[in-house]
Amino acid sequence: MKLKRTAEKVIESGLALSGLITLLTTLGIIWVLVTESIGFFSEVSIVDFLFDTQWTPLFTQKHYGILPLLSGTFLTTSIAILVAVPLGVIIAVYLSEYAPYKFRITVKPLLELLAAVPTVVYGFFALTVVTPFLQSFIPGVSTFNALSAGLVMGIMIIPMISSLSEDALQALPKSLREASFGMGATRFQTAFKVAVPAASSGIIVSVILAIARAIGETMVVAMAAGQQPQLTLDPREGVETITAYIVQVSLGDVPHGSLAYKTIFAAGITLFAFTFLLNNISYWLKKKYQEKYE
Amino acid sequence: MKNIIETKDVNVFYDTNHVLKDITMDIKEHSVTAFIGPSGCGKSTFIRCLNRMNDYIESFSMKGQVLIDGKDIYKKKVRVEELRQKVGMVFQKPNPFPKSIFENVAYGLHIQGETDKQLIAERVEKSLHRSALWKEVKDILHKSALSLSGGQQQRLCIARTLAVKPSVILMDEPASALDPISTAKIEELILELKQHYTIVIVTHNMQQASRISDRTAFFYMGDLIEYDKTKDIFTNPKKKETENYISGRFG
Ligand SMILES: Nc1ncnc2c1ncn2[C@@H]1O[C@H](COP(=O)(O)OP(=O)(O)O)[C@@H](O)[C@H]1O
Ligand SMILES: [Mg+2]
Repeated sequence: MKLKRTAEKVIESGLALSGLITLLTTLGIIWVLVTESIGFFSEVSIVDFLFDTQWTPLFTQKHYGILPLLSGTFLTTSIAILVAVPLGVIIAVYLSEYAPYKFRITVKPLLELLAAVPTVVYGFFALTVVTPFLQSFIPGVSTFNALSAGLVMGIMIIPMISSLSEDALQALPKSLREASFGMGATRFQTAFKVAVPAASSGIIVSVILAIARAIGETMVVAMAAGQQPQLTLDPREGVETITAYIVQVSLGDVPHGSLAYKTIFAAGITLFAFTFLLNNISYWLKKKYQEKYE
Repeated sequence: MKNIIETKDVNVFYDTNHVLKDITMDIKEHSVTAFIGPSGCGKSTFIRCLNRMNDYIESFSMKGQVLIDGKDIYKKKVRVEELRQKVGMVFQKPNPFPKSIFENVAYGLHIQGETDKQLIAERVEKSLHRSALWKEVKDILHKSALSLSGGQQQRLCIARTLAVKPSVILMDEPASALDPISTAKIEELILELKQHYTIVIVTHNMQQASRISDRTAFFYMGDLIEYDKTKDIFTNPKKKETENYISGRFG
């Protein structure tokens, strides 16, 4: 009896400890981001950071405008989402509303396997297969370009959207579809007029998480979109994303503590702000959605 | 009155499980027919055969014929969507769509491609009147259907079915999830609807069957044991099993 109680105490404190470690790590990351960024902003004005249209901290003529990195991130993420949302949702609807049970339970894990492919493989694929293919019929596509990186990143996040959206569709009560069929609706009408709207919050959550994933994705964009910060919305051109820039500086020979080094924290906190916001929106939506169905 | 539904030697299997055996039955127009019998005897399976709602169950297979207005609904060329507009269904648990009250009732018209707003609004109002819900919801038509009580939700589901102008309404234990007051309202409603529609209702509540139905069918282990005027079934059953079941002596 006593032993059992002691064991329970040990397990309990073990669990509390691991929770604490996670919390402390997160706080530590935020702490480093904030303090280093304060260092950065004591030397660069926030107005320059937000409105200057050039990002050249590593050149002699230094500019610290985050806009080119943001536009690079925005461009590759948008292309990825344009690919992944329609395809991901169509796959989810097909699997949930059309496919026979056996097919669904075989294909879904296979799709999820796509998400387990290392991102460096996707990056390599973008650079060596997709880019030459795009160059063969679109004039003006650079060796490094946002389009190729965005398309491949889109393919990469399809399973995330299809899998989570399919879960949301499957969580709907069967009686909802029966109601629709019972009134003479076709499968297509039932899928798109009843099931998808009813699962919309879950589908939107999957899309938001996919956006957060695309914004935070590093390898594919660093390899295929290039490392030239440019304020452009032309997908044929090379761009640099926030993440690609952070990699570039981290791996380079920029001296620790220098202003150039601190730029990665300023870039990092910007990235963090976006993903934090997206995560909160998805969390909030999920909560709202659960309340509705309980 | 003519027979609107006729079934001939209907046999149903789930894989190899033989759950309905040679069911032959005629149902008259503008009547209320009750299906009774112990749980698992095949009442739901049979009622769902009447508008092909079992089509989506992979293990389901059927032999025999189901005729609606003299036409075999299991023929290849039958459009199942049209069939279900004619033979509507209300389910055990109220299952409104997570849409507004108005949208729920208008759904059937929308999927038929109806775009005349005036016509839709009129039909919605008329259907809600018929299902005795209009007074309660006329000022909240654009609120979510999920905000209604269980009994109101079920009457909304009935209104939704009425809006597509069916001739037959199938109801599978429509009041079993409701409180007594809501149940009484549904029963009253069924008696009203009888003037315009043919109603088939599954119920495990014997008093309910005797109160509202003209004819009663007693099912037991996949067999149709007895099918007769409700009065006769309850006062003068011809089969031992029926008598045992309605008197509550049942093993
Ligand atoms: N989807 C299904 N798959 C396999 N067997 C089923 C299915 N639905 C019902 N059954 C079986 O068919 C028999 C009749 O069920 P059901 O028609 O639901 O009876 P009731 O409505 O009278 O309770 C039961 O033995 C049940 O287990
Ligand atoms: Mg049943």
